[in-house]
Amino acid sequence: MAYSDKVIDHYSNPKNVGTLDKSKTNVGTGLVGAPECGDVMRLQIEVDEASGLISDAKFKTFGCGSAIASSSLATEWLKGKTVDQALAIDNMDIVEELNLPPVKIHCSVLAEDAIKAAINDYRVKNGLPELVAEKKAH
Amino acid sequence: MELNLPIYLDNNATTPMDPRVLEAMLPYFIEKFGNAASRNHSFGWVAEEAVDYSREQIAKLINADPKEIILTSGATEADNLAIKGVYEMYASKGDHIITCTTEHKAVLDTCKHIEKLGGQVTYLDVKEDGLIDMAELEKAVTDKTILIAIMYGNNETGVIQDVKAISKIARKHGVLFFTDGTQVVGKIPVDVNADGIDLMAFSAHKMYGPKGVGALYVRRKNPRVKVTSQMDGGGHERGMRSGTLNVPSIVGFGKACELCMNEMESESKRLSKMRDRLENSLMELEETYVNGNREHRLPHTANISFKYVEGEGLMMGFNKNIALSSGSACTSASLEPSYVLKALGLGDDLAHSSLRFGLGRFTTDEQIDFTIKAIKETVIKLREMSPLWEMFKEGVDINAIEWAHH
Repeated sequence: MAYSDKVIDHYSNPKNVGTLDKSKTNVGTGLVGAPECGDVMRLQIEVDEASGLISDAKFKTFGCGSAIASSSLATEWLKGKTVDQALAIDNMDIVEELNLPPVKIHCSVLAEDAIKAAINDYRVKNGLPELVAEKKAH
Repeated sequence: MELNLPIYLDNNATTPMDPRVLEAMLPYFIEKFGNAASRNHSFGWVAEEAVDYSREQIAKLINADPKEIILTSGATEADNLAIKGVYEMYASKGDHIITCTTEHKAVLDTCKHIEKLGGQVTYLDVKEDGLIDMAELEKAVTDKTILIAIMYGNNETGVIQDVKAISKIARKHGVLFFTDGTQVVGKIPVDVNADGIDLMAFSAHKMYGPKGVGALYVRRKNPRVKVTSQMDGGGHERGMRSGTLNVPSIVGFGKACELCMNEMESESKRLSKMRDRLENSLMELEETYVNGNREHRLPHTANISFKYVEGEGLMMGFNKNIALSSGSACTSASLEPSYVLKALGLGDDLAHSSLRFGLGRFTTDEQIDFTIKAIKETVIKLREMSPLWEMFKEGVDINAIEWAHH
């Protein structure tokens, strides 16, 4: 199966690979997927408390090229957004941007799940109630 | 020597044709186009003579009699003919077949078909090294058993079963022994008499011959084996496989067998040396494992798991330049990793992290050097990107985490 140029570009030059200090209260961490399924994503956001904007985002992904590209793209999109704006990122936006074929849509769903999980972690740490996300088919 | 890219290391899937094979085939397309079954004119005689000669070349490679070679469209057809043909032919004797979980789909799915017809099939598990347990095999034999179907060498791991021990058990109980020899014939010495094989499937395109042609070896003496034809028609191939013979491809198959016969000894030494160098260099990476028995193994095959990186993602790092195969199929909704590796007891995580290397006649040392470097670099890069690698390095027990299963 041929990968799109954008997937290849993110795979070859992934943006924002790394780790944020998960003990900090303004850092939210989302870990989704499972080794048995062949993909695990960890996505982290750091929220600037003064402005309420996501000042930094990092990821690490175990998975195929599309999974790596989806998480790399997600971190790019997260930076500079408010937490509420970040919640609005839909997996189909990732599918469109990366031209993912149908068999790789689950990679984008996983990236959306990772964003939501990171935001929830941040919310819980800061005394906010956890959001219940709509379930998407993988 | 100049390095030719891309590098082909998927020779267990198919091999390129040897130019010498093509040369032998060419006259049989236009000039000598006759039907080998045409008995009344020279066009037919020329074709028949070519087929007879090829059949000798093919038989010689496995120490069989030319009359014991039933030409087919390939190994899949030969697998089907052997299993279904024995099941039908020996129905009065019994209806039980013994096979194992790491067989090729052409054998497993044929056995599933037999079950649908009402037959009984035992699927033996393999040990961690990919070999079957002889005591378990013998225990599985009943008075209804008509066939033991165990492959000679595995396509994914290269593990070679102890066929002599299997045939001994088969003989002892008066059961026929069929083996899928697709990966081994032409690569290591196979002798149907010394090995005690009653039926064997093999294919030309795995040994530098053309695609679309293969054979089923069917023993004629001690015991005389017969299979019920699965294709009705002109009664070709001693009535076991009807259909006009594919003369050019059969000529190519014969030539491919002759070349393997002549070059096998030196070639298998060259390949195993190269394979070992590749394997040992890659094993310098931490948390890297060879799958399957390393001693009883085809000389040109290596199956290696690189823990904490995913196979398809790994291949993407170099698949522009290197063609090989991954044990992980992340292209379907089910994301099922290789059933062969899982049968060896590998966890899904290791099975998802595996690569299969199939070296071949045209693989060079320069290509191996390039491959070692490219794979090492990609594994290191992807581990830097892998959350599982980070957890492993921090001493986190990955199995203790409650993963959300999708």
